[in-house]
Amino acid sequence: MSTDIKIKKGLTIKLQGAASNDIETSTRSKIFTIYPTDFHGITPKLTVKVGAKLLAGDVLFYAKSNEELKFTSPVSGELTGIIRGAKRKILALTIKADAKDTYKDFGKKTPSNLTDVQIKEALLECGAWAFINQRPYDTLANPKDTPKAIFVSGFDTAPLAANTKITLQGKEDAFQVGMDALSKLTEGKIHLSVQGNSFLNTIKGVSIHNITGKHPAGNVGVQISKINPINSGDRVWTINAQDVAIIGNLFLTGNFDTTRIIALAGSEVSNPKYYQAKPGTSIADFTKDKLASDNVRIINGNPLTGKSIKMEGSLGFYNNEVTVLPEGGAYRFMGWLPFVGNHIHSVSRTSFSFLASKKEYVLNTLLNGEERAFVETGAMEKVMPIDVYPMQLLKATLVGDIDRMEKLGIYEVAPEDFALIDYTSSSKIEAQDIIRKGLDLMISEVG
Amino acid sequence: MKFLRKQLDKVKPLFDKGGKYEKFAPAFFGIDTLLFVPNHATHKGSHIRDAVDLKRIMITVVIALLPALFFGMWNIGYQHFSQVSGSDMSFMALFSYGALKMLPMIVVSYGVGLGIEFAFAIFRGHEVNEGYLVTGMLIPMIMPIDMPLWMLAVSVVFAVVIGKEAFGGTGMNILNPALVARAFALFSYTGFMSGDKVWVADAGIDGLSGETILGTLALGKETSTSVFDMFMGYMPGSIGETSVLMILIGAAILLFTKVASWRIMLSAVIGAALVGLLFNAIGSETNDLFNFSWYEHLLVGGFAFGIVFMATDPVSAAQTNKGKWIYGFLIGVFSILIRIVNPTLPEGVMMAILLMNVFAPTIDHYVINGNIKRRQKRLKLKKA
Repeated sequence: MSTDIKIKKGLTIKLQGAASNDIETSTRSKIFTIYPTDFHGITPKLTVKVGAKLLAGDVLFYAKSNEELKFTSPVSGELTGIIRGAKRKILALTIKADAKDTYKDFGKKTPSNLTDVQIKEALLECGAWAFINQRPYDTLANPKDTPKAIFVSGFDTAPLAANTKITLQGKEDAFQVGMDALSKLTEGKIHLSVQGNSFLNTIKGVSIHNITGKHPAGNVGVQISKINPINSGDRVWTINAQDVAIIGNLFLTGNFDTTRIIALAGSEVSNPKYYQAKPGTSIADFTKDKLASDNVRIINGNPLTGKSIKMEGSLGFYNNEVTVLPEGGAYRFMGWLPFVGNHIHSVSRTSFSFLASKKEYVLNTLLNGEERAFVETGAMEKVMPIDVYPMQLLKATLVGDIDRMEKLGIYEVAPEDFALIDYTSSSKIEAQDIIRKGLDLMISEVG
Repeated sequence: MKFLRKQLDKVKPLFDKGGKYEKFAPAFFGIDTLLFVPNHATHKGSHIRDAVDLKRIMITVVIALLPALFFGMWNIGYQHFSQVSGSDMSFMALFSYGALKMLPMIVVSYGVGLGIEFAFAIFRGHEVNEGYLVTGMLIPMIMPIDMPLWMLAVSVVFAVVIGKEAFGGTGMNILNPALVARAFALFSYTGFMSGDKVWVADAGIDGLSGETILGTLALGKETSTSVFDMFMGYMPGSIGETSVLMILIGAAILLFTKVASWRIMLSAVIGAALVGLLFNAIGSETNDLFNFSWYEHLLVGGFAFGIVFMATDPVSAAQTNKGKWIYGFLIGVFSILIRIVNPTLPEGVMMAILLMNVFAPTIDHYVINGNIKRRQKRLKLKKA
């Protein structure tokens, strides 16, 4: 059973440096670093002390707000450091990794023989629960909820995104088992969105949606809005395709192995391709001898929604992609004149680059202007396939008018759905940031 | 340009935080940003950004205004000397006559307006916004040529301070600031803003006729201007408004670059044409404007200029696509309605736009309510 959905609005940005189909194994870091800040809204409570010997899958910390939410070590080794910031906030944990991982055994299980409670327990004890995200609010799912549906996007349309055909290679069985497990957690359906031909079309026990269209067609938020929109009071869960396979693998082997296939892409990567690595791998090791220049910005994730990360940092818990772009750039004399600087991508007709939308661009991290008041109208709607009025929602969010935010559809959106508005805005509005703050306000006021 | 950049970079520390002239930072950065697109990098949100910025949008509008401006300069000379018997002046001579009359007005408009903008930016500690680049060009173009410069200056002060800054500056104003300037001038200095002397340079002094077509018709007199002349703009009027051809070139620039909304322009023309047709059908023995054919209504007065350059101002217009249709249509309707049935105002487009500026948020409110209701209906279905 499958349905066809066409996304008309949006924008696909083509960038130079897409990953080729080769997969290599990344250098194994000696030190892995875990950032609790990867988990939005979680205040970590440590369960281990420096010097503790860890197996891969041992609990490092849990959420202060909910002890059930545990976060575990991706590797086996020894906890060597706890890096704290202001007010002793825990910024990072460092683990000296063994040469080869020893896994904690969670036991092989067959999801179809388990109850929903047993599946929840299995996911919670090993830390795999952290893969499950909740809409509204775009935060970790609460194990006490039963969502009305679970959504998995089987493709990514973001610039330079990792291709699931590569990242899920050889994990077909694990993916099916993962889906079997997740299907027990919802009273409704699991919706799997696919684009083109792949094994995903043959996954059983899910409803499959064939989605075509420009970015953000691959964003799970857009898919939700077209398939089964979120109402006030609803909960839906989302999970990345690769993480479904990791969960499946957990049931098949009893090991919580977070190894992912990660695209290293971008114009500043000399030979962009895919690498096998675990979250926590140091960026310096991951990108060693692979960068074409020094003055770069490294992004955990894609150029639209990812987090900037320094060489000392590590691979994030969620990303399937590391992007490397040229950092900064020069002043441009009279660069604001229309039809000047056509080498910079623009969807606006005030640059000739709209004629070359198929070209692969090299884009740096310049703002290409300065932040201004909202002036242009109608531009945001063109890149917003979700049925909301983005400008009005942003304005309501800026002033913190909760009643109006609710009416205008704050429950249906996540920051990533506003990434293209960040990109195209002539006033250089930080839309993702505004929405994130608005969602946090909703969490504290409405819950 | 490297030299200029070096010089700017040299003095920049004085204006940075803790610098000697920190207070004047908005003014310095205002000038800097006018010369160079700054090298600011993204620090949150999307790491890459489109090449477009607000300044580029604004400049595009200014460029779109240029054909009408240059024609207006020539027309100032043409309207004056075509009535002076025996004068046979070249195109360039007519143009430079007009340019010399017009340039002081532009200088005053930009000087006074930008002065206030910079002062507010320094006072409030925010960046200088580019909005005035367009407003500053629009204001002199919608004034009669003989307007004394001090009146222009006072109108600009009123428009920027009361029309814009009082609401919080660019992006927050309710009314189109250029039209605020014109409305202020009309009601404060009526004698300089209407009548049969002001629309041609020095008409009062030299004993020329300076009446617009609409003014003539409103007085119940006949006009002899051909439709072709109306389209080309060979007639008296506010400086920028006369040539529909030049305005259409500007409209083409705005529509090609998608800077202005085609919905507003199209719906306004439809609205105006329908009202024109209606009055043509009714007819009148006492009011010549009833019988002035609907397509001529579109060609004369400030209609074309107002629709292309002022009704489409994104800040004061309706902001939703459906709202833009309604907003534009009603501007068209009211422009011609005021023109024909209001005896005190020969032209209606300014009032129509200002009126709809006020109602634009209400229109949007109802359009957005449609979206809200859809959401509430879905919620009800779920609960049922």
